Amino acid sequence: MNENFIQINGISKHFGNVKAVDDVSFSIKEGEFFSLLGPSGCGKTTLLRLLAGFEYPTNGNLLIDGSDITALPPDKRPTNMVFQNYAIFPHINVEQNIKFGLRKLGLTDDEIKKRVDDVLTLVKLEGYEERFSGQLSGGQRQRVALARALVRQPKVLLLDEPLGALDKKLRDEMQLELRTLQKEIGITFVFVTHDQQEAISMSDRVAVMSEGKIQQLSAPNELYKNPENIFVSDFIGETNFLKASTKSKDGDQINVAIEDLGDFKVKNNLNIPENSSDVVCSVRPESMMISRDKSDWDICLEAKINQTSYLGEMTRFYVEVSGINKVITVSSQHFDNQSFENNTCFISISLEDISLLQKK
Amino acid sequence: MNEKNNSLLVYTLIYFGFLYIPVLFLPIFSFNDANYMSFPLAGFTTDHYEEMWSKRNLHKALWASVKVGVVASVVSTAIALLAAKAFVRYKFRGQNVSYGAIMMPFLIPEIILAVSILIIWINLGFPLGLVPVTIGHILFCTPFAMLILIARIEGFDFSLEEASRDLGENAWGTFYRVSLPLYLPGIIAALLLSFIISFDEFILAFFLSGSDATLPMYMWNQMRFVKKLPHVLALGAVIIVFTTFIVLLAFWLRNVGQGKEKKDIAIKL
Repeated sequence: MNENFIQINGISKHFGNVKAVDDVSFSIKEGEFFSLLGPSGCGKTTLLRLLAGFEYPTNGNLLIDGSDITALPPDKRPTNMVFQNYAIFPHINVEQNIKFGLRKLGLTDDEIKKRVDDVLTLVKLEGYEERFSGQLSGGQRQRVALARALVRQPKVLLLDEPLGALDKKLRDEMQLELRTLQKEIGITFVFVTHDQQEAISMSDRVAVMSEGKIQQLSAPNELYKNPENIFVSDFIGETNFLKASTKSKDGDQINVAIEDLGDFKVKNNLNIPENSSDVVCSVRPESMMISRDKSDWDICLEAKINQTSYLGEMTRFYVEVSGINKVITVSSQHFDNQSFENNTCFISISLEDISLLQKK
Repeated sequence: MNEKNNSLLVYTLIYFGFLYIPVLFLPIFSFNDANYMSFPLAGFTTDHYEEMWSKRNLHKALWASVKVGVVASVVSTAIALLAAKAFVRYKFRGQNVSYGAIMMPFLIPEIILAVSILIIWINLGFPLGLVPVTIGHILFCTPFAMLILIARIEGFDFSLEEASRDLGENAWGTFYRVSLPLYLPGIIAALLLSFIISFDEFILAFFLSGSDATLPMYMWNQMRFVKKLPHVLALGAVIIVFTTFIVLLAFWLRNVGQGKEKKDIAIKL
């Protein structure tokens, strides 16, 4: 498998004074489900459009499977795209939409028929050949867009927030389906989304983008467990930030003073320097424990429950720790708001669940 | 609304009466068995229509108008299509200035346009005739065609063109396979309206046609003789029916296929 199937080398794209993509370099592996994740305006869609050939970079170059595609127009690239609004041609039917991109591939009629039949089966659209875009549901349109791109057997499939227009249940179904499909056909997917849950659940690797730069590129679980900076920690999932400052290092660990809580020894994966006050500790709501009685965990704090919200599979508590003027979020599967007398509780934190992050 | 507003109804009736009653006199008198346009009516006849068909010069003028109309509408629609696409799709320097420049012939008095072309044409030493009339009509029709096409293209989803490029078509293939079919109702509407504008146009033809009369010029020439008036009325009635049909067709086409996305089309000036 080619580790550097898609190479993005020093790519920048400026629109006037705006640096939509700012000197970005990374590689995407062959057969990988790769996501570009970030808030709107972070440059993820621009990067996808650069790969598709709808925009040309201000600086840098792009390689797919060893050949430089930087200056190629979209119709000469080994990529195909699933558009955010699907862009199904309204004046021709489903079958003609799917055949649209086969005209220039020099296939025989039999080959065309086989490819169309195969792809219709793949996306479960048999029997819809004669329909027009206006006669299809959102989910069906999405399948047509997918089929139309896949029928060309591209080296890379680009997907621009393809699930954004679907309702939640259908979106969840399509997430699974897309993931299964991608593993089945083995084509490299580059998927753009602003939905962190979507990116995490589907991808082999995720690049989190903000302000035109890659903030972190790693596997979904790494992204969640070991965020490399405050932006990523905040954007992926939910977290509590506690002000802190570092003291002396101790091997892989470092001594920190967490404001209002005291001194602790925590892991230092990011190699944050000693005696720095530009740091925060991040603790995920679900890594903490909420209980009626005091626990023997590394940190155990008495707290008052301000508010609770019941989410079905878990309950989220917003608690105020005595002595800290800050609301902390804790989630638990085992309690509901009736379980605590006078709203008093204890929250416990294990030191290994604390991520030390540097402010910018 | 259940409450009837009678004053508005009266206003509406007066308005439409004002618009259409004068026009209705033409067909009425074209079937009247007299040489004068006056009441009481003298009796029903189709003689004026028969007379109309027998005029050789009328046939010549009709053919001249059709030729000018076809060339002027095709050329001005082509120019207008390119301009409309550019104005809707792209933001560029000098956009407002070039938009204004194209709209100019629509706004300046036609007689000034006609005299300007006449002076240039004569100074270049070319003979008057249908060629300068056609050129004048192209200038005059392009803004109309552009307004129609801008209205059509404004509702267009440009990601369809990107999708076509993405699926292996070059710019021409994309135009032919995606843009053209989707713009087509607008293009036909623009063609029809430009044709009608050219077909009915008098002032430019008056100054530039020389001895090659177009249909409006022919009518103008005939009207000077009382005896020839009735068959001009017949011709006028035919033209009114024809024009109405084409305009209705053009407006219907302009909106066809836009379905739910049909936009309120505002004339932008």
